[in-house]
Amino acid sequence: MKLRRQLLSRSSGRFFLRRAVQAIFLIFILICLNFLLIHLAPGDPAHVLAGQSGDEKYYEFIRAKFGLDRPLATQLWIYLSSVARGDFGYSLGYQQPVIAVIFERVPPTLLLMLSAVFISSVAGVALGVEAARRANSLTDRAINFFAMLGFSMPSFSVGHLLLIVFALYLGVFPAQNMSTASRELSGLGYGLDVLSHMVLPVTTLAIVYFAQVMRLTRTAMLNVLGENFITTARAKGVGEGRVIYGHALRNALLPVVTVIGSDFGMLIGGAVFIETVFAWPGLGRLMIDSLAMRDYPVLMGLFLLISMSVVIVNFITDLTYAALDPRIKY
Amino acid sequence: MTATMKQDGINESAAAAKERWDTWRSFKQNRTALVGLCLLAIFLFVAVFAEQVAPRDPRKMSDATFQPPSFEALFGTDDLGRDVFSGVVRGARTSVFIGVTVALLSGMVGVAVGLTAGYAGGFLDDLLMRLTELFLVPPRFFLALVIAALFGSTLFTMIAVLTATYWPTTARLVRAEVLSIRERSFIEAARAMGASPARIVFHDILPNALPLIVTNFTLMIGGVILIEAGLSFIGLGDANHISWGYMLHNGQHFIRDAWWTIFFPTLAVSLLVFALNAVGDALNHALDPKSRIDYLDKPA
Repeated sequence: MKLRRQLLSRSSGRFFLRRAVQAIFLIFILICLNFLLIHLAPGDPAHVLAGQSGDEKYYEFIRAKFGLDRPLATQLWIYLSSVARGDFGYSLGYQQPVIAVIFERVPPTLLLMLSAVFISSVAGVALGVEAARRANSLTDRAINFFAMLGFSMPSFSVGHLLLIVFALYLGVFPAQNMSTASRELSGLGYGLDVLSHMVLPVTTLAIVYFAQVMRLTRTAMLNVLGENFITTARAKGVGEGRVIYGHALRNALLPVVTVIGSDFGMLIGGAVFIETVFAWPGLGRLMIDSLAMRDYPVLMGLFLLISMSVVIVNFITDLTYAALDPRIKY
Repeated sequence: MTATMKQDGINESAAAAKERWDTWRSFKQNRTALVGLCLLAIFLFVAVFAEQVAPRDPRKMSDATFQPPSFEALFGTDDLGRDVFSGVVRGARTSVFIGVTVALLSGMVGVAVGLTAGYAGGFLDDLLMRLTELFLVPPRFFLALVIAALFGSTLFTMIAVLTATYWPTTARLVRAEVLSIRERSFIEAARAMGASPARIVFHDILPNALPLIVTNFTLMIGGVILIEAGLSFIGLGDANHISWGYMLHNGQHFIRDAWWTIFFPTLAVSLLVFALNAVGDALNHALDPKSRIDYLDKPA
């Protein structure tokens, strides 16, 4: 309740406004960048705007639509206003507007990412606390070693490894897709089927990203554990569990929240590889497919929407951070 | 007068030597980092002397397809009968080359911008920092992917895109470091003695920011190598250069029957990046706690 009040009071203030204006400006810059890329690319901009599989008549239509014979400033205006209307072009490959193609693929990727964020956050915080409590012990060093290992492997390699062991050799989990196509399931059965398909990709993504959270939690905990109020709490006779989780962790969690938010861009990048390895029908898979079909409108639309969502998530993270820490005022 | 100055000089270099010694002592306590350092030396050697280490042409096809590892072919052969060992060795050169080049170029740009912004302050600082923020907006990996798709992926475009997206991180780190060094009393002393801004920046500030720059450089190489491997893995690498990412791209279809086609490239890229991260991490910890790099950037 208190949190909500803080969020609201600050949100209504200048802070919110300033951040919102900043975010909108950054999105404007991203659209301009997209426009620039379309025009700088070798060859005809009409081919980039339409995709490689069109015919001459369609390209003429695109040239007229985007005013490609008009001055660049006019073209930028046309492009900006069409994006503002939510018109990201038309995909010849999928015979659908780009925005529809993309939004159809959002839920699977979101499911993958949110599950992985949840698992890697919980595991990362828990192990980070454990590592900080036993700093420099064998446990600490083992946790650090494995975190660094998961962090250093390309995400697709972690995926390959799990795929070989758990799908090909042990055969415990399915290797591909989001559900079993041959079985017509509904309700609970379908849910369980999807869940079993999720295990490997989600674990991969979580292994790759838990390192960040773990390391940051560890550092933050070590800092907080050295503070006076912890000594005071211990001197008062507060139980060790309460000191760690009630007093220290509450204060250490703040930077962790920011990292979870700012990792969004990286997570979605990781999703591209993991969806490729496990044939998961999400945004990453769509990106690879549109790349192979030279379906540029989908590719550019994805780039624009993903970068925009990174800006928006950062904006929300900033607000959350400000709401959680009353000291922060910009 | 000269005597005291000389005395100061000696004390200063003695202090610097002690600091270096402390750094090394802190570094070598970390056994993982020492192993990492040895691994880095091996990878560097292999990258430089690739032709001598693996004299066979990694592109040469043969009828001996899908040969498991043996004395004949140490890491086996792939679907076209190409020698996996030679591929892994030549791939080391591509990875090291792109990683070091991007880290050097973006390191130089970032250091120049960070030093200028941090030391000059005021309007120039504002301008440079807003510019830096703009370059940080597009997600690095996706920008590289889109540019590779539209412009064709050559080693040159990859280096250009990655440099353009990596320098802002360095610039911000260096600027923050300069801001804190600038306030220390020895800088004030130098200024009072009439040292020119250029002398203060290059002679007094830069050497003090160097540990941070080196640490960042090490971590950056690993990041770049992972992105390059990732782009090659999805088929967007430079076809003229054998790379681990390409081998993984090609080998993923045979994951069930010919594990060696992906196992050895995976091992190579993971070991190299692990070594870089371990060394970077140890350097980071040997640094002044205040200037540590908060968390690593995982791009791919």
